[in-house]
Parts: sequence; structure tokens; C-alpha cells
Amino acid sequence: MTGWAHHLIIAPILLPLVAGALLLLYDERRQFLKGVVNLISTLAMLCVAVTLLRFADGSTTGVYQLGNWPAPFGIVLVLDRLTALMLVLTSVLAIASLMFSLARWHKVGAYFHTLFQLLLMGVNGAVLTGDLFNLFVFFEVMLAASYGLVLHGSGQQRVRAGLHYIAVNLSASFLFLIGVALIYGVTGTLNMADLAVRIPAVTGNDRLLLEAGAAVLGIAFLIKAGMWPLSFSLLNAYTVAAAPVAAIFAILSKVGIYVLLRLSPLFFGAEAGTSEGFGSKLLLIGGMATLTYGMIGVLASQAMARLAAYSVLVSSGTLLTAIGFSDTGVTGGALFYLVSSTLTVSAFFLLIELIERGQDPAAGILAVTAEAFGDEDEDEAEAEAGVALPGTLAILGVCFGGCGILLAGLPPLSGFIAKLAMMVALFNPAETATGVSTTAWVFTLLLILSGLSALLAMSRVGIRVFWAPIEAVVPRVLIVEVVPIVLLLVLTLALTVQGGPVMRYMEDTAHALRAPTQYIQDVLSAPRVPAPGEGGAQ
Amino acid sequence: MELILSIAIGVLAGSGVWLLLRPRTYQVIIGLSLISYSVNLFIFSMGRLRSNAPPVLAGQTGNIADYADPVPQALVLTAIVIGFATTALFLVVLLASRGLTGTDHVDGREQQ
Repeated sequence: MTGWAHHLIIAPILLPLVAGALLLLYDERRQFLKGVVNLISTLAMLCVAVTLLRFADGSTTGVYQLGNWPAPFGIVLVLDRLTALMLVLTSVLAIASLMFSLARWHKVGAYFHTLFQLLLMGVNGAVLTGDLFNLFVFFEVMLAASYGLVLHGSGQQRVRAGLHYIAVNLSASFLFLIGVALIYGVTGTLNMADLAVRIPAVTGNDRLLLEAGAAVLGIAFLIKAGMWPLSFSLLNAYTVAAAPVAAIFAILSKVGIYVLLRLSPLFFGAEAGTSEGFGSKLLLIGGMATLTYGMIGVLASQAMARLAAYSVLVSSGTLLTAIGFSDTGVTGGALFYLVSSTLTVSAFFLLIELIERGQDPAAGILAVTAEAFGDEDEDEAEAEAGVALPGTLAILGVCFGGCGILLAGLPPLSGFIAKLAMMVALFNPAETATGVSTTAWVFTLLLILSGLSALLAMSRVGIRVFWAPIEAVVPRVLIVEVVPIVLLLVLTLALTVQGGPVMRYMEDTAHALRAPTQYIQDVLSAPRVPAPGEGGAQ
Repeated sequence: MELILSIAIGVLAGSGVWLLLRPRTYQVIIGLSLISYSVNLFIFSMGRLRSNAPPVLAGQTGNIADYADPVPQALVLTAIVIGFATTALFLVVLLASRGLTGTDHVDGREQQ
């Protein structure tokens, strides 16, 4: 990756920042223009992300030195396979939820488009950065935007859930800071690659302090990821958030997962001495607890939005447990599951809003929303927004079935491959030759049970919504609202069809994560770019 | 010096956590502010404390051990700004919640 292409690494941060700032210049009467700017920026981001994915898959780790200072001293952005994967996933979700919101939701509150772009900036920055403190800064950007978005549409329920969500996340941010400060105090560096080099050399009481710091830091990420006893505020926020907001929020919990995936093998891999595998037991137990809790929640939920929120927890629990196994094969499967489940949950959140539109609760929320924001011309909005969809119920039903199959992990969609890949790896442990452990059996059992519970809950809801009503309420749905859902579901189908290459990519990613020597070396030995005066082209 | 600072951080954090667990939104926000002070002091102290050292090094040739660690100072500055902004944002949500629910209870309704 040379020449101008090198600067593409910073584009996923700059693009939303500039677009978000630009959108501030126009007031709320220019909604159409704002939508167009937002869409163009997000589409451009997708193109950049796909280009970066191709770079990351082919060459070594891309390192971008901000201010042209070499790695342990300056702040670096690092692009590897996992980062590129997260970038692509984020931009795909962003496009889907943005298209959906353009039909009507973007009008129910102020500054939707700016907050949306800043959220993307935060997520992109968090996955790109190679520095712990910068990770904190981007997390805060992401969270600050998410605080605004969770309140989008206003209404009592959203403000109440938003209040809890913000209070919990602010506390988590303080834990994040304490962890970062402790780690810095012990090791004297914040660069992730440099930390990986220095941690093995830490001894005695300092090691205890370091582990304490890592544990406090870990709690902050587990709150984001929604591990069981820490996930209650997350549930309510996901349930009441406006549909496109909930759809893009599906990536937020995955950013917590991303950090754990990145940092646990980097800090506490094979070279960390006595700290090797620090925290993985907690991840195993906590992940399974989350999975169980999510599973019970899925079975118990009556409202669909609640069911979807619990599905987020099921997905988080599965991923946390898979990370806790510290096995390359399982991690590969987990990465596939991460992509598949995020797409599914996102599509499901969008779909729920359409299905529930004709029914009372959602209409109630929308009415409150309209009242709070003084938006009385809903009929007019419907008239101008576009073409209504023929055969609405049939299409919604097919999409609902697709979501059900994906959540339950049945063939032929990608949920099945993801779970299968994890189970195959569980029963063929590569790194130890001791046979299949009890934990692996329990996890397999939970995986199958969680699929079953999703299947039960989805069939129950499906029957109630699509088959049971004698006078079916046909919601008025625009084509532009169905397209993103179909797009996301088609992507999961594409993941199945292209299962071989995708799985190969995931396995390469997992190998690079589990054996981070190459990553460390690339980050620390990246050459400075010569200044124009120093001669020589880049 | 270390003892005084640790006690101060501990008292701030302890009172902050206690207030955070109270049922009124105003208490929660004051609790969050206190915790943020204690966290900022904590970050600052990670640069190591030093007593009886000259604040301005004039005329001495650069011995790196004479200088304070600049990184925690940079970190604490960033943390203060971010903490301040998020607290202000929380204040707005708090007021919105008060306006919409008519109570300052964190759950939006008084306990029976």
C-alpha cells in the first residue's frame, strides 16, 4: 500500500467528520439535501472500506502515522484484516439504516444526519486506532453520538431509557480511564503493539497492578458488549430506540467485542508468561451466562422489539464465549458469526418497525414522537415520501421468515454456517490434544438451545402477526423501507454462497489475531514518510 | 503526599459512587462529577508524584529524570474536556426527563 492509497487509511475517520460538520451548516428545513449528503458520504465510506479490505487481505498491516511520528511515540492508525472487516460491516449497516430512515424517521428529531455521521466516525476510529487512549477518545465520540441518537424521536420512554443508558455508559467511561491510567502507570506506554512487547517484562507487584488495570478496562468493554449482569440498560435502550437507530446500534455492542478480540490475544497471548489467557475464564463463564439469559429473554418476550434486543444479547454471549476459548478455529467461526448475526439483528430491527406499524404500541410511540416534535403533517409525509409497496404482507412475511432462519441458525442462510464453523472447531481443538473439554460440550449445547429458543419465539410471533389476525392490518410500507432489509438478508445469502472465500478470510484474520507477532513488528517498524525537503518520493 | 492524594481520591470516588446509587437524577449527576474528579486525579497521579522538586528547570542541562511525565497531563486534559461535555449532555437529558415525566426520580416515576 503505497502513495496516495496510503492516505485512504484515515479516510473512514475524516469522511464522516467532514460530512457531519457540513451537515451542521444546513438547518432542519433542508432535510432532503442533508439526506443526500449523508447518503453520498456513507456510500463513499463503503467504497473506501471495500478498497481497504482488499488491501488488508493482500498485503501486510497498513500503518498510518499521524503527524509522521513513529509508533511508540506518535499515535498510529492500524489497518489489518479485522479492522477492514469491521469497517465494511459498519458501512453496510449504515447504508441500510440510513436508507430506511430516509422514508420518514430522519424527520422526527433534530440533527439526525450529523449525529449519524459522527457515530460512524467514532466506530471507524475505534476500530482503526492502534493506541489505547485514542481508543477512549473515539469511544467517547461514538457514545456521545449514540446518546443523541437513542433520544431521537423523543418521548417519555426514550428519555427514560436514554437516561439509564447514558448514566451507565458514563460510569463505564470512567472505568475505561482508570484501566488505561493503571496500564500506563505500570508500562509507560499506550501503544497497543508496544504494550504487547512490554507486558512480558513486567514483574512482581507491577504485574498485579497491570492485571487489575486490564480487568477494569475489560469491564468497560464488557458493559459495551452487554455481558449478562451489565446489560440491563442496553436492553431498554435497544428496545425503545427508533428503528434505524437500533439497526445501526447493532454495531455498537460489536465494537466492545472487537476490542476484546483485538486486545486479549495481543496483551495476554502465549508470550505474556504468568498472565497468559488472563480473563478468558471470565469471558467463558460470563459469555455463557449472557447466552443463557438472552435465550430465556428471547423465549419470554412478548413484544418483538424486546425479542430483537435479547437476540443482541444472545449474539454477544456467543461471541464472548467463543473469545474465551482462545482457539484459532473457534475465533474464525466467531468472526463469521459476528458478521452474520450483526446483519441479521439489524435487518430484524428494521423489519419490526414495519410489521408493528399498523399495530397499537408502535403507532403510540410514533404519535408521541410526532406530538413532542410538533410534527403534525404525517399524512403529508406519507404522500410525498414515495411509492407504497404492493403485496406488503407477503414480502414482510418472507423477510420475517429469513430473519427467523438466521436467528435460529438453520440452513441455508449464513447463521447455520457460522454456528457449524464454531462447533467444528470446538470438536477439533487445534492447540491442545486433550480431546473435547466439558466447556466445549456445554457451549455446543447452549448454541443449539439458543437456536431452538429463537425458532420457537419467532414462530410464535410470526403466527400471531401473520396468520392469526382475522382482519389483517396491512401496514403502509414504502419500497425504500423494504429495500434495505432485503439488501441485508441478501448479503447473508451471499455469505452462504461465498462461504469458502469468506471463511478463508475469517480464518486468516483469526490466525493473525492469535499470533500477533507480525502485527507488532509491522506497527513498531513502520518507516516514517520522508518530508518533501528530505528528498525521495513516498 | 501520596497518602493525602490517595485519601482524597478515595473520598471523592466513594462519595461519587454513593451519590450515583441514589434515586434522584440531580444526585446522580453530582455523583458522576465527583467520580470524574477522582478519576482525573488518579490519571494525574499515574505520572508519579514528586515533592520538593523545582517547578521550572532553568539553566540545567537536560536530564530526563528531572522532568515530569507529560503524557498523563495530556491525558487528563483530554479526559477533563470529554467528561465536561458528556456531563453537560447528561444535564440536558436530565432536564428533558424532568419535563416529560414531571419527577426527578431516575425511573421517571415515584416509588410507591
